Amino acid sequence: MGHPGAVTADTATGAVIRVRGVDKAYRNRGGEPVVANRAIDLDVGRGEVVGLLGPNGAGKSTLVRQLVGLARPDRGSISLLGHDVVARPRLSARFVGYLAQTEPALDDLSVSSAIETTARLRGVPRREATRVAAELVDELDLGDVSRRPLARLSGGQRRLACVAAALAGDRPVLVLDEPTTGLDPSARRGVWGAIARRRERDGTTVVLVTHNVVEAEQVLDRVAILDDGIVIACDTPGRLKAAVTDDVRLELVWREPPPYDDATVAMLASRARVEGRRWQVRLPHAEARPALDRLLTGPAYGALDDFTLATPSLEDVYLALGGRSDDLERE
Amino acid sequence: MTTPPTAPEIVGDVEGAAPLAPPRGPSLPSAIGAVLAGQLARARVARGPLLFVATVQSVGILVLMRGVVSPHQRATASAVVAGATVLVVAFVGLNLLAQRIGALKAASALDYYGALPIAPAAFVLGVAGAYAAFTVPGALVTAVVGVLLWGLPAGGIWVVLPVCVAAGLALCGVGAVIGLAMPRPELATVAGQLAMTAILFLGVIPAARFPAGLDVLRHLAPGTLAVDALAAVLHGTGSVGGVAWRLLVTAAYGVVALAVAGRLFRRALDR
Repeated sequence: MGHPGAVTADTATGAVIRVRGVDKAYRNRGGEPVVANRAIDLDVGRGEVVGLLGPNGAGKSTLVRQLVGLARPDRGSISLLGHDVVARPRLSARFVGYLAQTEPALDDLSVSSAIETTARLRGVPRREATRVAAELVDELDLGDVSRRPLARLSGGQRRLACVAAALAGDRPVLVLDEPTTGLDPSARRGVWGAIARRRERDGTTVVLVTHNVVEAEQVLDRVAILDDGIVIACDTPGRLKAAVTDDVRLELVWREPPPYDDATVAMLASRARVEGRRWQVRLPHAEARPALDRLLTGPAYGALDDFTLATPSLEDVYLALGGRSDDLERE
Repeated sequence: MTTPPTAPEIVGDVEGAAPLAPPRGPSLPSAIGAVLAGQLARARVARGPLLFVATVQSVGILVLMRGVVSPHQRATASAVVAGATVLVVAFVGLNLLAQRIGALKAASALDYYGALPIAPAAFVLGVAGAYAAFTVPGALVTAVVGVLLWGLPAGGIWVVLPVCVAAGLALCGVGAVIGLAMPRPELATVAGQLAMTAILFLGVIPAARFPAGLDVLRHLAPGTLAVDALAAVLHGTGSVGGVAWRLLVTAAYGVVALAVAGRLFRRALDR
């Protein structure tokens, strides 16, 4: 099948998505205004896989709903392949394969017919849509459940089926809101592989919402970190981590109450994020090693169950840049 | 703490370049067909019991009214049978559709359709078409039972089909408007119920016995002309032109309601 959005030379080097100064507020159920996005700027080049990383409520989903024309910015501009989609929001739907955070509209359909229906609604002729659905069922390993309604599948299988529907019809841009939430590791790799194939084969541009730091580090070319409606950083995962490269992350798991009278334990306690028995401390590389040595040779060792010393993750970048939430996923 | 969100990999932009032509979406009939097929798949799961309830309700009203209206009162009997038949359409097309769309809206399920390259009309017509189709068996059963109870001429039963199409358009259109306009799904359910109850009274009470002053309401109700058309046929007094005209006006009512629903659809997305 020809790729309906085959990108022309005019746009081959350009920003496929260009967001400038976007502000968006909405009213919550109590009727109070909530500012979801403030002064968002973002460019996404052709064939790039760019992620929006941030905790719940950071404004990621609101931003992507504006990219796909479901919501209009209060201020600012969004262009998609050179088209002003604030002025013409319905154009987005013709370029973008969108996966919403939840897809209850597909619940009553079987996996195959959900994919086929989506393909047809994207303009793929009926017979070809059947073939597209069969190919996607194979690609994402959904053969065992292809005839079952989505509502009767496990959360992970249902999510995978919705990803398959989002990929139907080969759009030049994919906007995927948490595509791998609830998936097991093998299905997650399957989705990452499917995205990579489309990028290589068709130059597909991908915007992917995640709050999983592992996904962000392994899959994304660039990461825009959102916090409280603002993009607080946007760069490659490597460069973002380089920005806080002096720090390493020391994780300690205590078997018994830690001996606070030990000077090293007291120093670490004052800087640790504590979750039950688990402490997480970010500290400069030069301090971390000797501190760990002192723990392992001193009285604290007897109380310690486990420890890890790791290079910074995107979560550390998020925290170093002033992020305040702690609900990013680390697995 | 704020760093500028630059895009280091971008080497140019499309300003000044010709924008890429967007891929084509499906044609309107094809989009309606795909939405309709999806909704009919749902019908296999959930609609059977509800349709049964809708039919039982209307047949129950007929049995009740048979105790009040004798076979000699043919005009009244025809009006009652026609009203009960259109009530099936109101139950499914107005009440259930308003509930369904209200629930879809509350669950953010409209996003799925809003992010596809289809006209809002395709969504509204596809869903309304599926619900209108569900009404046909129940409406036919109700009309047949009514004809048997009062010994009315059975030759006009086929008119139930165009009545279902026209009244289905009008009542589904109003149902879609209610489902999309109400801010909460519970309100859509209540409004759908109230509207169906109004159709019940306005449709089943024969026009001649309507309290003075309230007949304006009867004329404003979306199913009234369809009830009158079917009643005239069952009574044997309907001319082809008169019946067609009433059904056309009913269908036009539906087209306007569905157009309003299409506008409300876009507004419901940008919450």
